[in-house]
Amino acid sequence: MFRKQRRDVSGLNTTSTADISFMLLIFFLVTSSMNTDKGLFRQLPPPEDDAREQEIEVKKRNVLELVLDGNDRLTCNGEPISNQDLTLRVEEFVANRNDAPDLPEKSLREVHLMGRVMVSDRHVITVKADRNTTYNAYFEMQNAIVRGYGHLRDQLARSSFHHSYARCSQEERDAIALVYPQRISETLPEKTEGGGK
Amino acid sequence: MRNRYFSRSQEEREMPGLNMASLPDLIFTVLFFFMIVTHMRDVDMKVRYEVPQGTEVKKLGHKGSISNIYVGHRINSADGEDFCIQLDNQVATIDDIKVFLEEERQRMSSEDQARMTVSIKADRDVPMGLISDIKRALQREYALKINYAATEKKIVEN
Repeated sequence: MFRKQRRDVSGLNTTSTADISFMLLIFFLVTSSMNTDKGLFRQLPPPEDDAREQEIEVKKRNVLELVLDGNDRLTCNGEPISNQDLTLRVEEFVANRNDAPDLPEKSLREVHLMGRVMVSDRHVITVKADRNTTYNAYFEMQNAIVRGYGHLRDQLARSSFHHSYARCSQEERDAIALVYPQRISETLPEKTEGGGK
Repeated sequence: MRNRYFSRSQEEREMPGLNMASLPDLIFTVLFFFMIVTHMRDVDMKVRYEVPQGTEVKKLGHKGSISNIYVGHRINSADGEDFCIQLDNQVATIDDIKVFLEEERQRMSSEDQARMTVSIKADRDVPMGLISDIKRALQREYALKINYAATEKKIVEN
């Protein structure tokens, strides 16, 4: 009596699913952009109070003075230099492999994972840019400095940990950063009349 | 004869319909691909800028902790020489950065606040005076992690 009758269930009509998903696809294509943001990371020093401001005595051998003038000319300790040479100069300056007396002092310190090594913790790279320097020149100089540090850190990673800096763990990176800390001091150009809007 | 030929050709022409069942799946796959690799455009640009190129650039991290400051030529302006700053959706001045950063901090969760990064997206020809003013304003507000937006240049080893 209640014998089930075989019923034909008609298949759901899915023809429009394609159209609907096309709509979604086009929506996402229109509202989104592909480019991934990249950039050069920097850390600013905390603001200085006038009272707290202190002149730190730095020996001349520890300073690499970079100046960008209003015409985008880069000088290093008073001599003109190109960005490629600057990378090499930064490497030579920070590493001071032969303990040259005119390059920065180094000190012997205990570093985690490496033991007692010479660390270059006294050097200072001072950067001064004129207000009329273009951002591009400034950026390329920063890039050259970071590249110099990057080479040194990569070399150290390869000699100490036998792989590139990019593959180092956070702990290893911290150790490397102790040996070659980035010590860049920026003098902000003096505020003048009619500055940037 | 002619009639018979005609009817036979009718029969031959009856082709099975193309099976469309997998089409939605295909399109969904493409859709998901785009959803993953893209992100929403969230501001309308009021300034036009071309970022510099660098070799040491790194990817910006978590998007929620990043605030953008755009510096470039004003779009729709007669004199193209003028540079201005854009915060959010409007053109602003140096003094607006303070309020902008406060708003950004409120928007962020506490962990994002700790790793807050300000990305300066500036045109190549912007004078450093303007950039320094921005940096000074950021410094005053303790937004100390900054990022100079750039595109990657292929390294030419010498």
